[in-house]
Amino acid sequence: MTAPSTMPQGSLTPTDLQIGAGRRRREGTIRTLFLAAAASSVVISVAIIVTLAGNALNFIVQVDPSALFTDGWFPRRGLYDLATPIAGTLVISGIAMLVAAPLGIGAAIYLSEYAGRRSRKILKPIIELLASIPSVVLGFFALAFISPNIVQAVFGAPLFNMLAAGLAVGILITPLVASVAEDAMHAVPQYLREASYGLGARRRSTSIRVVVPAAVSGIVAALILGVSRAIGETMIVSMVAGATGGSLFNLNPLDQGQTMTAAMTALAIGSDQVRGAALTFESLYFLGFLLFLMTLGLNLVSDAFVRRVRRQY
Amino acid sequence: MAARTEGLSARDAVALRLRGGSPDWAGWLLEAGLLLSLLVAVGILFVLVGDTLVKAFPVLAERPLDFLTSTVSARAPRAGILQAIIGSLTITLIVAALAIPIGIGAAVYLEEYARDSRSSRLIRTNIRNLAGVPAIVYGLLGLAVFSTALGLGSVLLAGGLTLAVLVLPIVVITTSEALTAVPESIREAAYGVGATRWETIRSHVLPYAAPGIFTGTILSLGRAFGETAPLLMVGAIAGTFSFVGAPWEQMFEGYTTLPTLVYHWAGYPQAEFRALGAAAIIVLLGVILVVNATAIILRNRYDRKW
Repeated sequence: MTAPSTMPQGSLTPTDLQIGAGRRRREGTIRTLFLAAAASSVVISVAIIVTLAGNALNFIVQVDPSALFTDGWFPRRGLYDLATPIAGTLVISGIAMLVAAPLGIGAAIYLSEYAGRRSRKILKPIIELLASIPSVVLGFFALAFISPNIVQAVFGAPLFNMLAAGLAVGILITPLVASVAEDAMHAVPQYLREASYGLGARRRSTSIRVVVPAAVSGIVAALILGVSRAIGETMIVSMVAGATGGSLFNLNPLDQGQTMTAAMTALAIGSDQVRGAALTFESLYFLGFLLFLMTLGLNLVSDAFVRRVRRQY
Repeated sequence: MAARTEGLSARDAVALRLRGGSPDWAGWLLEAGLLLSLLVAVGILFVLVGDTLVKAFPVLAERPLDFLTSTVSARAPRAGILQAIIGSLTITLIVAALAIPIGIGAAVYLEEYARDSRSSRLIRTNIRNLAGVPAIVYGLLGLAVFSTALGLGSVLLAGGLTLAVLVLPIVVITTSEALTAVPESIREAAYGVGATRWETIRSHVLPYAAPGIFTGTILSLGRAFGETAPLLMVGAIAGTFSFVGAPWEQMFEGYTTLPTLVYHWAGYPQAEFRALGAAAIIVLLGVILVVNATAIILRNRYDRKW
């Protein structure tokens, strides 16, 4: 350690370059604060799983197993037929995907492969704006416009029906499907298109037979994400699908139907009247847990597909 | 042959020659179909706004100011949205005060501090999955934790806390994206002149990431402003507070928000309440579309390519 002594007066020593104790302490404190913020997300997940699973378990333990397989979902009468809300959820999500898959993927292909730079610059933000429309607004639109002017006019169905709800959910998730699918197609490297053109392919063959297959993982991810969002959609279904006070098992889209989410809002809003009666509170959490598991599974699958696209290019 | 390719771009002219001069009908049909699906997807926005404006016209034309400043009432000609506006704004403030600092902090930790360890990967996956959890499940969480376990009941604060939790993962994800877009050389320059990690983040990384973080937080606040389902779980529907007591006391009162009021009014069969609901939607959509459009335009303008 002779180096410092041989240095001329007034020059830097290694100690001068080290950070002071105060600065180091501040670094540590700030790091801990940020770590705590990141850890809060884990706390939230644990809280979600504990509350949902705990109450769901209470429900399963206490409920009479035969009440889970009756001919309808009538919680106030102690009838918890699980097939009823699940069937309604599947019917409405199915209709929604029939709307969102062609519209969303068609719009994505056009935006990514056909639209000029200028129209893309205008249309992409509009799609993003569409994605920001609150679901309660689409619920109102379904009740005030889609159901009377389209479903009732064409099929003569009652005002509250699953078809109108499904169409509105489809409109709601179309921008999501479009933007995730467009991201995937946009990520396809330009040299694949150029190679295709170089072989003399037209734009349509290039889009459909080169770009779409190359982006297929991302497109599948977009569709799965759409299904997941449709299953969890609440407001539209509560407002338009009818069956607020319970429902019989029904697969006919032109009639009223119950979904898992609509059954949950019905239970929550009506909870004052039924509190203490039977297992309504617990059944709410049981449905919530079921919904959580379904969407989590779909999201994980969708995530795996997205990562496959990223690995490829 | 040469005359027919006049006015065409070189590529189209070559394409035409390669096809032997016959037009590509199938290609046109496909392009028209794709364009149609895009136009339908976008056109619905205009139908929706147009139809809602028509239905809201009686209210918006006759008493635009009175509608904004009247309180919720069971009598349609007197009903207004004052409490809903106050409720929505207060909830957005609670969300902003909680979700923005915690969300940005979490993103800074994940992007700037955490090594690529198993625990940091776990937190990342966890946040992505939280962003995909349906809104109504957050309502169940709020009902069990804030309303019941903490004993808050169906009050404004419980609604605000619930939505803060819902929005948190979105803030983390958008902030993370903004932080990763800042190139490593900027950080190395700061370390090179002796800055500590926090000094680097504060003076270099955060300022460059600010436009992206700002857009992300605005979009997530817009989401909170329009969210309905979780608030139904923590009792926003019929609750309307009176205007007695200090603002902080209102936090522990019943409440309503713009979207829950829309839901409430849509449930009435009378046309007068439909008109009220439509008018409330115009206010709600006006706020959300203007705020989000501003955020998207700002982002596209400040989107920096390094």
